[in-house]
Amino acid sequence: MNEAPASKKTKRSLGGWALIAVPYFWLFLFFLTPFFIVFKISLSQIAVAIPPYFPTFDLAEGWDAFWENIALLSFENYVWLTQDDLYWKSYLSSVTIAGISTIITLLIGYPIAYAMARSPRAWRPTLLMLIILPFWTSFLIRVYAWIGILKNEGLLNQFLLMLGVINEPLTILNTNIAVYIGIVYSYLPFLVLPLYASLEKLDESLLEAAEDLGCPPWQAFWKITLPLSMPGVIAGCFLVFIPAVGEFVIPDLLGGSDTLMIGKTLWVEFFANRDWPVSSAVAVILLLILVIPIVLFQNHQQKIAEKQQ
Amino acid sequence: MRNGPTWFNVTSLVLGFAFLYLPIVLLVIFSFNESRLVTVWGGFSTKWYVEMLRNDQLIDAFWVTIKVAFLSASVATVLGTMAALVLVRSGRFAGRSLFSGMIFAPLVMPEVILGLSLLLLFVSMDQARGFWTVMLAHTTFAMCYVAVVVQSRLVGFDKSIEEAAEDLGCPPVRTFFLVTLPIILPGVIAGWMLAFTLSLDDLVIASFTTGPGATTLPMKIYSQVRLGVTPEINAVCTVLVGFVTIGVIAASLATKRQHLQRERDERAAIANAD
Repeated sequence: MNEAPASKKTKRSLGGWALIAVPYFWLFLFFLTPFFIVFKISLSQIAVAIPPYFPTFDLAEGWDAFWENIALLSFENYVWLTQDDLYWKSYLSSVTIAGISTIITLLIGYPIAYAMARSPRAWRPTLLMLIILPFWTSFLIRVYAWIGILKNEGLLNQFLLMLGVINEPLTILNTNIAVYIGIVYSYLPFLVLPLYASLEKLDESLLEAAEDLGCPPWQAFWKITLPLSMPGVIAGCFLVFIPAVGEFVIPDLLGGSDTLMIGKTLWVEFFANRDWPVSSAVAVILLLILVIPIVLFQNHQQKIAEKQQ
Repeated sequence: MRNGPTWFNVTSLVLGFAFLYLPIVLLVIFSFNESRLVTVWGGFSTKWYVEMLRNDQLIDAFWVTIKVAFLSASVATVLGTMAALVLVRSGRFAGRSLFSGMIFAPLVMPEVILGLSLLLLFVSMDQARGFWTVMLAHTTFAMCYVAVVVQSRLVGFDKSIEEAAEDLGCPPVRTFFLVTLPIILPGVIAGWMLAFTLSLDDLVIASFTTGPGATTLPMKIYSQVRLGVTPEINAVCTVLVGFVTIGVIAASLATKRQHLQRERDERAAIANAD
């Protein structure tokens, strides 16, 4: 192992290099390289063949064939994406749905994280465990559980009819409302965890000082607690927003046929239409949309990590 | 808080946890429903569990899933622990920011992109798709989660113990197994379990990277859910949820006991030194 302080370059043993090389190589091969292949195939055209696109590169055919194939690549698929309404509408509605869901998740998650951080010290490990536990249970199962609740003849409608709040069942399943419920429900732990971490570290003597100086509690919250918990808010919102944009399972199972989300569009393009080049182009654009939030998120995490060290 | 929990705080906790747990509880309750209708209670029955055990396709999918999850979690734990050591201990090296980028990006990357890109990699490598490709795909995204979990354990770690071992002439690899690993072990175990459940859960990446003969349980559940909600699926889900819940609670109790044991040992050591 290397005991080098982070700032100083030291001699690295062979073992030290191997330690870096193995995970580096793995991620390079299985995470980074595939993106280049996706990009390449997004420039290809659909074909009735195995694999269903052309040109396919084979270095055994020699350099001439290679250059000929390069010439066959084109940006046609991207042009197609701008021409058909479906795609840009899907992107727009994905970002909107993810954005609104993130705000709702924050509004629900903040009081929970706040209450956890203010609970008696002895409760906290249990509460933390209770937040983490749903995170371990299957995503698919948690989404599936909502179908039985939100259906027309489902449990929620039965309950509301019994109470007499409504006279006829509400249609919630297969609408965007169900998608919001699904996203908020599935991603709530992702938001509560980082938020709780930053609220728990908050120095309570600041709040006591504010109170002693006559500051009303809500103002103390607004001026002290909220600003100091911003790192947690930001991390949590990224963790909800970014994966929600590309979500497939939730819009597919809970949403309706008019629920447009890009993850679902990509899935249909790939599995139903078997158009690999167009689905690759959809993926490339989705990645470009997400690059900015992902980079912001990473810088944010790095700053927090550096502070800890 | 000095004044104890306020009404507002208690209410938000109760409502928050009710929201998180009610759907799962209802799902479990209705798996014991006599009636075929999932939303109408027809009396207690375990017949859907019997039905589930008779469904060979489901059982096959279950074993495929367990094998994939076990293998990929194990490889991911080794790779992820190495990656965490690199992130925390290796200092600067060329391509370090690319490395940490490749660790953090898969955590938020939409699954459809990961699945599609891995599939296209396997196709261009002329790799027949099936069990092994799903296993490789799961290893790749799970190792990033392991790296993050182990990293957080390594950050709060007293480096002087390792330095002491090396000063006394212990070779680095031995130091790792005798000193570092025992201390970060709870993180490594948590990482393995997380990797295992992530693999157990995954629908999207498995659907892209699988081939004939390797249908995983989530894929099976998904295709049945599309046809309609049945109590049998509720039963399968209940078994999975129970499985994971017991595992997580057992692991956290074990960690707690180990923690108490260490505290006791430390106190005893201090008492002896006095």
